[in-house]
Parts: sequence; C-alpha cells; structure tokens
Amino acid sequence: MPGNRLHRRDLLKALTALAGLAMSGCDRLSNEPHSRSVLDAANSLTYRAQRLLIGADRLAPEYSEAEISPDFRANGSTDPQDEEYLDLVGNQFADWRLKIHGLVEHELSLSIDELRALPARTQITRHDCVEGWSCIGKWTGVPLAEILSRAGVRPEARFVVFHCADTLNDGGGFWVDPESIRYYETIDLVDAAHPQTILAYDMNGKPLTVRHGAPLRLRLERQLGYKMAKYIMRIELVHSFAELHGGRGGYWEDRGYEWYAGI
Amino acid sequence: MAAILATDPPGAERRYRRHAGPVRVTHWINAACFTLLLMSGLQIFNAHPALYVGERSDFEHPTMSIRAHQSERGIVGETMILGHSFDTTGVLGASREGGQVSPRAFPSWITIPSYQDLAAGRRWHFFFAWLLVLNGLVYLAWGFASRHFGRDLLPRRAELSHIGRAVLEHLRLRFPRGAAAKRYNVLQQLSYLLVVFVLFPLMILTGLTMSPGVDSAVPPLLTLFGGRQTARLIHFAAASGLVLFVIVHLVMVLVSGAWNNLRSMITGRYDLGNPETTDAR
Repeated sequence: MPGNRLHRRDLLKALTALAGLAMSGCDRLSNEPHSRSVLDAANSLTYRAQRLLIGADRLAPEYSEAEISPDFRANGSTDPQDEEYLDLVGNQFADWRLKIHGLVEHELSLSIDELRALPARTQITRHDCVEGWSCIGKWTGVPLAEILSRAGVRPEARFVVFHCADTLNDGGGFWVDPESIRYYETIDLVDAAHPQTILAYDMNGKPLTVRHGAPLRLRLERQLGYKMAKYIMRIELVHSFAELHGGRGGYWEDRGYEWYAGI
Repeated sequence: MAAILATDPPGAERRYRRHAGPVRVTHWINAACFTLLLMSGLQIFNAHPALYVGERSDFEHPTMSIRAHQSERGIVGETMILGHSFDTTGVLGASREGGQVSPRAFPSWITIPSYQDLAAGRRWHFFFAWLLVLNGLVYLAWGFASRHFGRDLLPRRAELSHIGRAVLEHLRLRFPRGAAAKRYNVLQQLSYLLVVFVLFPLMILTGLTMSPGVDSAVPPLLTLFGGRQTARLIHFAAASGLVLFVIVHLVMVLVSGAWNNLRSMITGRYDLGNPETTDAR
C-alpha cells in the first residue's frame, strides 16, 4: 500500500527530527540551574533512602588478603607540586601536623607518630571510583570518631571538613578550573562516627605513598573514591559548608558531582 | 484485554480496545526513562570504558574494553571482547565530535550530554532510574491486581505448543489478524515476560549492586552477582539485551501496521482488519 509506505517514511523523518531536538535539549538542560535542581532532587532522595536503609553502623564488606589489588589505581592528584607539600615530603613529614579546629572544645595538633600511637583499625575494603572501576586495599589508621571524641564536637557542628595540601586544577582533561583551588571534602557526623571511617596512614602494611595521599587520607567505605580526601592537613568542624569554596561541600561537588556519593 | 467498545457504531467488531490505560501510560513513561537511562548510562560508561569479572578491576585483563590509539592513519577506535579485537573507528573508540575525530568510547550522538560530562550523566541517570522504578512498581501492582499478567502475558499450553509455527510466520512477516490479533502471540508473550520479569529486574538489581552504600546494607547482592565489577558487566549486558529487544520491537511495530499499532498504544483503539483477510485458523 503506497499510502502506508508514505506514512512510514513520515514517521521515521518525524522521529529523527524529534531525536535531534531532544538531544540538543538534553545538552542545554544538563547544566541549566533549574533543570539541574530538578535532577538533583533524585540525589537527595537517594541520600534519604540509603540513610534509612543502611542505618548508622552497617559495615561495608571487608575482603581477604588474597583479594588485595596488585595494581591499586590512584586518581585525582598523584604528585602534588604545592610548595608547602613538597617541603613536607622533603622532610619525610617530620614537620607535618594534623590540626583539628572549628566547632570543637579543644583544638588538637597531632604529629604522625602521635597518630600512630592512638588506637588503630585495619580493614581490607573495596575502593569504588565514580568512573566505574574498583580496587581492593588494606588500610590502617585512626578511627575519625577517636580523634573527634578527643577534640570534643560542639553541639552546633554538623559537618567535618577535610582541608588538603594538593591543588587539583585538572578535571580529567575535559574541564579546566579558572582559579586553581585546594582539594577539600565534607562529610556528615553520621559517616564521621562510622567505625570504618578512618584516617589512614598505612596502605597494604606500608606507610602511604605520595600517589595514595601521604601522610594521611580519609577512608569512607560506604561512599565513592572522590569523597576520600588525600594529603589531609586540617580537619575543621562546621555548621554549614555553604561559605566554603564553591559552597557545595567538596572539590568535585563544586564541579557538578553529588555531595552524597553512596551511589 | 478489554472487550469490544459498547458504544461503537456498526463495524465495531473490527475495532477493539487493545491496551488498557495503565499499560499505555506506563509504557510511554518507561520508554522515555529507558531512552534517557541508556544514553546517560553510555555517558557514564565512557568515563571508564572497560568491563571486568569479579569484585575488582584487573586493569590489564578486562573482559571487554573500548580504546583509542594513534596509528599512521590517525586515531583508531578498537573494541575488544574476550580477547578478540575489532577496528570500530567512527563508532566505538574514536568518532567525530565537533568536526574532528576524537577518542570517545561511545559516540556523542548516543550519550547524554553529547559532550563528556560524567557528573551530568550521573544526574540524568539517577533521576530517571528513580522514575523508572516507581513507574515499574505501578505497572507491576496494576498488572497483578488486574490479572493482566496471568491473562495476557502467560502463554497457554496450546500457545506454547505452536511456538515453531509462530516463529515461521514471524519470519515470513505474516501476523495474526481478526480475532487472533486480540491476544498477544506466543513470541510477544515470551519476550514481554523476559523484559518485564528478567531484564528490567536485572538492570535495577545490578545497578544497586554498584552502589557502595547499598552493598553495605545488602551484602548478599554482591554474592548473587559475583562482585561489583561483574554486576557492572551484567548491567551492561542486560542493557544490550534491552536494546536488542527494542530494535526487534520497533521493527515489528513498523511491519505489522505501524499506525494501527501506535494508535493502539496511545488511544487504546486497534483495528482488527478486514475479517475476509483473517488467517483461517
């Protein structure tokens, strides 16, 4: 039936035009503020749903020594060139101090040896990168809860900020930061109190290498890799992170990634 | 499926309300969600275009990977599946983006956004994943409550025994008409059951298994799928299965009366065709 064939061709043409229109529409909507906030609503739903489902203390799976990755990948900064950091490396971190400040009862300043003298936890866990890959590593460090209980968290504190030594001004090759800033991350107090949330100084039984965040990095096992700040210099307790850098609670969050990275 | 509309004029025996309202609404929401999930999913895949078996990534030995490398004739796209490599320049590994060939696993015309932006791809993906799940729950609840699944999707014994003939007729592009077209044929029933009860549940469960948060809440998911990276591989494979289904589905819609089929999924009305031409069976 010729009529039918005409219809089919029209239908295909209309569909192709519609697809083209939809594609350019999707591009425009991707970073337009209003549509973005609609899409972001799904992430706060995920955050609430996971918090409800997981509860405060469910542990991330732990693995055996045999499952440790022989080639644990390092992402983000792997060799910071910041002068202050290079000086610390030059002296094997003898001059490095971890500062805990902000909404705390007592400010703390701890050397790496003082951290090593505190109660420690070792865990073999899976590291999931936002890109999609996973590696398994063994981490030893001080539970963040231990440090926070020594500092005394004030009741108005709601978030823990990790200020890092590295400047990361390369967003993976597709994005360039006009003003290079230091890496930072924030987590809430539920995650801060989790038994597997540790400040790790050893990886696979040896002191952290520069690639993996020496002298100290965060392990936050129920979220993705970009939350796990490396090269930690200071830990600050705050009520809100709206005034910090881009205001979204982390280096990658300021560049469009979700603050809650449990998915 | 519903009966002949009572108010229809003479000739009503030819017209038939093929799809119930909830099927039509959830079908189109699902179609939109799946399209956006597929395209944003390929954007996410492009951030690390390799698949592995197990919990962790063995970067040297992926099960499947899409890569780009330089050769004397420019950028070459290479797709590797189980150790076999194929030159896929132009589509996979290296394709045209803004006028020039650049390294990209899936081409820009099939990803959301068209340019590389993992963060935006994830926003689209998780929004429409929630919508797809909620829409799917509505469909399942209605399908069981109305007995749609048992009545229309579950093949009867007689239908199953004619499966060979149904395959032959489909290959000859001959489709049931008249009274026989009131019911899904056995190949439709089986493929819809596969999509609704196997492929979509697999997509959702393997998607959840990739979440480190969900893994700490429900560790058996990791055991079920054999690790996070295997879950990612199954997620990709099941999505490929759904794409294959959609291609066959669209071809069948086109060759078995495009407007009639499309109308029946929009308004519900389906024209059974001239009874004289009905297959005698």
